[in-house]
Amino acid sequence: MTPHMMCVTQLASPATKQMYSRILTSALFAGAAAGLIAALLQLVFVQPVLLHAELYETGELVHFGGAAVSAHPELPGFDLMRDSLSIVFTMLTYTGYALVMVALMSVAEGRGAEINARTGLIWGLAGFITFHFAPGLTLAPEVPGVAAADVADRQIWWTATVAAAGVAMWLIAFGSNKISYLIAAVLLLVPHLIGAPEPDSFSGPVPTEIGALFAARAFGVGMAAWVLVGSFAGYFWQAEGERTEASA
Amino acid sequence: MTTKTLNASAAGLGFLPAVFAIVLGLGVVTLTGHVQAAALHDAAHDVRHATGFPCH
Repeated sequence: MTPHMMCVTQLASPATKQMYSRILTSALFAGAAAGLIAALLQLVFVQPVLLHAELYETGELVHFGGAAVSAHPELPGFDLMRDSLSIVFTMLTYTGYALVMVALMSVAEGRGAEINARTGLIWGLAGFITFHFAPGLTLAPEVPGVAAADVADRQIWWTATVAAAGVAMWLIAFGSNKISYLIAAVLLLVPHLIGAPEPDSFSGPVPTEIGALFAARAFGVGMAAWVLVGSFAGYFWQAEGERTEASA
Repeated sequence: MTTKTLNASAAGLGFLPAVFAIVLGLGVVTLTGHVQAAALHDAAHDVRHATGFPCH
């Protein structure tokens, strides 16, 4: 038995190393690429709405109670420091998402799932639902200046909802019986039936038109970015696998 | 029995990289999305709003 065990250690070690390298490399490429595109989409489609809202948040513009305000004010343009930080943090965030996704892809492939750029599209959609849409359905994307409950309470609700939705997505994708679909439905519904922490009163100074556009844009850009991160993750996972096999 | 033991240890090792990557990934997302330290919050402010994290 002892020689066998030794044999396992010797065999498993390079294989495990290869697995670390394959997961990390695929996730870094996929996350950085999708994150960069996400950041650019955000700068073009979300940032102007956010900057417009901030004019109301700071009181520079006032909604109601005065002369009608133009819906097309002069917005501050590209801010090198602020927007560069946004690009870096978006790339980091999507790399974090990609690490989780590629790790789960490796587990799924071990169970017989096909992982490539095409199936990655569905992984991306599931990731969007898990990390963005499920929490956002009740804790709607917040435009600056919006009234909200205590941030720690909302983070707890956000985290629990994301965890529940993530398990639900896995059960829907890989569950083998009706019970797993039922559990998935319960996991998806319950956080919203319980409800997210809400503010005591509404004091948001931002026009509803801006708030609605912000939520729509945040979800739209989020979905595009997630679908890309999924597809890229599938692509790099497969490409890295072929590269490792070729060099082995 | 020997085969079983071998499979079990191989499977255990096989999951380690995935677990490591998930922990690392969630750590990165927590840092960029949730940690309320002022410097991090200010730097990630626009991203948190745009990506659907609770911000303030």
